[in-house]
Amino acid sequence: MTILETEQLAIGFGGVRAVDGVDLAVERGEVYSIIGPNGSGKTTLFNLISGIYVPSAGSIRLAGENVTGLAPDRLARRGLSRTFQNLQIFFRMSVLENVMVGRHRHETTGILADMLHWPTVARQNRETRKAALVALTRVGLAEAAERPAAALPYGALKRLEIARALASEPTVLLLDEPAAGCNPVETQELDRVIRSLVNEGITVVLVEHDMRLVMNISDRVHVLASGRTLAQGTPREVRTDPAVIEAYLGTHGSQEALRAFG
Amino acid sequence: MLIDRRHLPLTALAAIVVLAPLLFSSLYYYRIAALVFIFALAVVGLNLLMGFAGQVSLGHAGFLGIGAYAVAIGPTYFAAPPWACLIAGAVLSGAVAFAVGRPILKLRGHYLAVATLGFGVLVSIVLTNEAGWTGGPDGMNVPHLVLFDWTVRGSAAWYWIAGVTFIGGFVLAENLVDSPTGRALLAIHDSEIAARMLGVDVARKKLMVFIISAVYASVAGSYLALFDGHITPDVAGFLRSIELVAMVVLGGMGSVFGALVGAAVLVVLPQALTVFQDYEQALLGLLIMVFMIFLRRGIVPTLATALAGWRR
Repeated sequence: MTILETEQLAIGFGGVRAVDGVDLAVERGEVYSIIGPNGSGKTTLFNLISGIYVPSAGSIRLAGENVTGLAPDRLARRGLSRTFQNLQIFFRMSVLENVMVGRHRHETTGILADMLHWPTVARQNRETRKAALVALTRVGLAEAAERPAAALPYGALKRLEIARALASEPTVLLLDEPAAGCNPVETQELDRVIRSLVNEGITVVLVEHDMRLVMNISDRVHVLASGRTLAQGTPREVRTDPAVIEAYLGTHGSQEALRAFG
Repeated sequence: MLIDRRHLPLTALAAIVVLAPLLFSSLYYYRIAALVFIFALAVVGLNLLMGFAGQVSLGHAGFLGIGAYAVAIGPTYFAAPPWACLIAGAVLSGAVAFAVGRPILKLRGHYLAVATLGFGVLVSIVLTNEAGWTGGPDGMNVPHLVLFDWTVRGSAAWYWIAGVTFIGGFVLAENLVDSPTGRALLAIHDSEIAARMLGVDVARKKLMVFIISAVYASVAGSYLALFDGHITPDVAGFLRSIELVAMVVLGGMGSVFGALVGAAVLVVLPQALTVFQDYEQALLGLLIMVFMIFLRRGIVPTLATALAGWRR
């Protein structure tokens, strides 16, 4: 069953078609990776799907419903969550509090109840805290719960963002370059975390430059170049596609291509 | 522990309100302390907007003005009881904040600052020009507050009323901090985009906290007018707005207790500096600079961090 679908999705910035007629269909429970050389429109595509940009053409469907043009918070309440390539951490908060914000869409108390500290608020806080701790445990950060988020190293912040997104109990999770800046051990850990998400039925859409991770973990891969679809298929199909090899060798230097396909 | 850690600030605050009068050697002290609590009330509200949600307002004295003139105009022209006018003023301030906030809270940073500044100037011009209602630049007299059969007058009575109201305002704000709304506000401060992506309706939350801060300021404005017995458009002036912002920043952005400290410093210091006569204003400015240089994050947060480090 298709959980996330785009049709002829497009957006331009000052004459440049950053994303130009992209069709994709993500099946429930798979890992779907979007790769491509720098500037090929991967993050723009993510920003379109997550409602940060409004497409100039085309449509987006989430769980069968048309969600084109919906704001991010609306999409979040429909079960879409994401992380960011350049981290968006709440640095004024503790690690746990960051993840507690992830529970926002499940919290039901209003601002008046909050100000009066209604008994429901105390119960709500306990539930939120508990769920946030579970999410932290799943990415291996439970120990750091009470530390200020600003005190965490880069790799841990990456996992913190995943925990925060997880706390919202998404059906579809968009991960924007989760392995960027991570060392091999951290990437290994990431691989494990993503697999555990999939085991629970979460659909993962991944933008990633680390080809080993992509090829290991993905059910299907979608290759973008200059905002258009270059190829899509299983990792094996994509790896051997001449157009893909040429795009990587031509624009991105041989090193990454070798790492990816060698 | 005898006192739950969560209630420590509240206990300390209640102790301050109850015990401070032991140090007062004249009614003048009651008067200054009452002013501190009244301004601190407005600052608690503004701090929710600035320190928590991260949205600046350079026009909050406008709401002070609405509250102040509500308790002046209502009883004078409509023979309405002052306490009802205080509530009506708060409702009006909330409504005005809703109407003004919807368009301008879409702006960010400096643009929002300038737009709120415009709002404050607007209120103060209306209060000055509508002389038929407000007495113009000379202001107007404000009747005494009457609660049941008690006519509230004198500094000591106002000290207690302002103190208790401040405690109430403080508790409401502290509650908000440890709640879904409070976490959402703090999240907006650090990353609007991440907050939205987690389901926070950012525009709505900003509007809510703007309205709440307006109501705080309005009640403070009403108190100020009722306490002084006379009110001029200066209450809504630009300098008042700046003073409120300075109290927030000096006490500590995001620290509810900082609101009291910030208000105390900026109310008491000018009084203490009057002995320097002509140099009073210059010295005040200098002292504020020194505070900000050495206590960068504001008095309360900086000292709290220092204390925590020293204990360890």
